[in-house]
Amino acid sequence: MNPTRLIIAISLAASALMVACSREERVLRPSPSASQVVNEAQVSGLNPGANPLPTPPTPSIYEESAYAVSEGKTLFGQYNCSGCHANGGGGIGPPLMDNNWIYGSEPQNIFTTIVQGRPNGMPSFRNRIPEYQVWELVAFVRSLSGLLPKDVAPSRNDQLYVKPPEASMPKQTPVGITGKPSQ
Amino acid sequence: MIAASNSVRVAAILASFFQGEHNSLHPAGPFSTNIEWLYWAIFWIVFVAFVLTILAFARASAKTYSRSEEMLPIMKNEEGDRKAKWAVGTAITITLLTLFAVLFMSVITGKKVEGMSSSNPVTIQITGHQWWWEVTYPNPQADQTVITANEIHIPVGKPVVILTSSADVIHSFWAPSVHGKRDLIPGYSSAFWIQADQPGTYPGRCAEFCGLQHAHMGFSIIAEDEATFEAWEQQQLQPASDPQSAETQHGREVFLTHTCVMCHTIRGTDAGSRVGPDLTHLASRKMIAAETLPNTTGALAGWIVDPQGIKPGNKMTPNPLAADDLNALVTYLRTLQ
Repeated sequence: MNPTRLIIAISLAASALMVACSREERVLRPSPSASQVVNEAQVSGLNPGANPLPTPPTPSIYEESAYAVSEGKTLFGQYNCSGCHANGGGGIGPPLMDNNWIYGSEPQNIFTTIVQGRPNGMPSFRNRIPEYQVWELVAFVRSLSGLLPKDVAPSRNDQLYVKPPEASMPKQTPVGITGKPSQ
Repeated sequence: MIAASNSVRVAAILASFFQGEHNSLHPAGPFSTNIEWLYWAIFWIVFVAFVLTILAFARASAKTYSRSEEMLPIMKNEEGDRKAKWAVGTAITITLLTLFAVLFMSVITGKKVEGMSSSNPVTIQITGHQWWWEVTYPNPQADQTVITANEIHIPVGKPVVILTSSADVIHSFWAPSVHGKRDLIPGYSSAFWIQADQPGTYPGRCAEFCGLQHAHMGFSIIAEDEATFEAWEQQQLQPASDPQSAETQHGREVFLTHTCVMCHTIRGTDAGSRVGPDLTHLASRKMIAAETLPNTTGALAGWIVDPQGIKPGNKMTPNPLAADDLNALVTYLRTLQ
C-alpha cells in the first residue's frame, strides 16, 4: 500500500473513534452540592490582615456543561429573573451583561447573591431554588458577559430576541469585587 | 420456542388492537365515527388488492416451465402480446381509479371532521408543555377562568372547540375516541372541534416526539352530563380551601417556603407561578404526572421526593424534604379538593 493511502486509511479509521465522543454528561438526578460555598465566598474587597482570603473551589461541572447553561437560561425566564434584570440589560435591577459586578463576578459570589439576596431589591431565594439550579443560573449569568467558553454558552435563543445569543457576546473584563486575590 | 413467544406477542398486539381503550376503532363521537368509517373503507380496498395479488402469485407459481438445457427459440406471439397489453392497461386503470377513490374519500372525510357550527360551544385552550398538558377554560372575566392540567372535562353530546398552542416544542394532541391527531405548534394557534356522545373517560397521548418523557405525556377526556360538568366547573372556580388542622397548616407553610412555590399555583395562597401545573384542585384529579401515577398519598410523596427517578429528565426538581415536612405537605395537597 502506498504511504498516502495508508495515512488516509488510518485517519479514516481514527475518525470512527469520534463516535464515542459526547458533548456533555447530563446530570438528571443531582446530589445536594456543597452549601459551605455560601459562607466562604468573598463579598467585599476588605480582608482581615495582609493576605487575601483563599478562593473557595468552584463547582465547575455547571460551567463546563452546555446543557446546564441552557437550563440556566430557561430558568432565568421561568423564575422571573428577567422581571428585574431584563434579558441581561437590566431595568429595575442592575444589568448583568456589562463588566460591572457590585457583589463579585466569581461563581461563588453570584451564588451567594442569589441565595442570600442583596439590598435594594434582590430577594433571597434560599430553599426556594435548589442548589443545582442556582449553579445553572450562575453559569448562565456569567455567560451573559462572555465569561464562559463559547462552546458552552448558549448559541441560540428560544424567542425572537434582538440581542445575540450568549455565545456571540464579547468577553468583558470584570471590575468590582472579583473574588480573586487583588494585585 | 422463540417462534412460539413471537406468535404470543403478535397475538397480544392484535388483541390490544381490538380491545385497547386508546383506539381509533372505538369511536365515541361524530368525528371519530367518520374517521373509523374511512379506516374500514380503506382497509377493505387494500384487503381485496392483497388477496388478488396473492392469488396472482399463487397462479404464476403453480405453472410448470420447461427445464431443458437448450435455449428455446424466440417465438413471435402477437395474440399473447395483445392480451398482455390489455391486462396491464386494465390493471393500471383500476389502480389509478382506486387511488383516486381513496383520495376522494379522504378529502370528504377531512371536510366532515373539519368543523361544525354551534352558537354556544364550550371552548377549551390546550397548551402543550414538556411533559404535561395545560387545560384552560377561557372566560372574558378572569376570575371565571378554570385552569387545570391533564384532565379535560367536557359535557356529553355538546360540540367543544379545542384551541391549541405549545409552550416549548411541537406536541400532538391525540385522543382517538373523539378525533384524529392535531399538532400543537409553539407560536401558532389553531382550533378544531371534538364531541363525545356517550359519557366516559377517553384516554389521549402526545403523538409527536417531544423529548425525554414523550412516552409519559398522557391526558384523559372525561365526558359527563351537563349538570355534573357545570358542578365540576363551579367547584374548580373556587380558590383552595384554607387548611384546618395544624399539620395541613404546616404543609402549606412548607409549600410556600420551598421549591414548589417557584413553579406552581395554588389560588388562594401566595403561590402563583405558571411554570408547572396549577395545583389549586390537585386532589380532585385521578392521576398525577401526566397520567403516569395514580393520585394517592404514596405516589404523590414519591413524586415530590424523586420525580427524576420516576420520569428522568422531566422539569420537576428533586425535593429532599425532612420526613415531617414531606408528610405535612402531602397531607395538605391531599386536602385540595
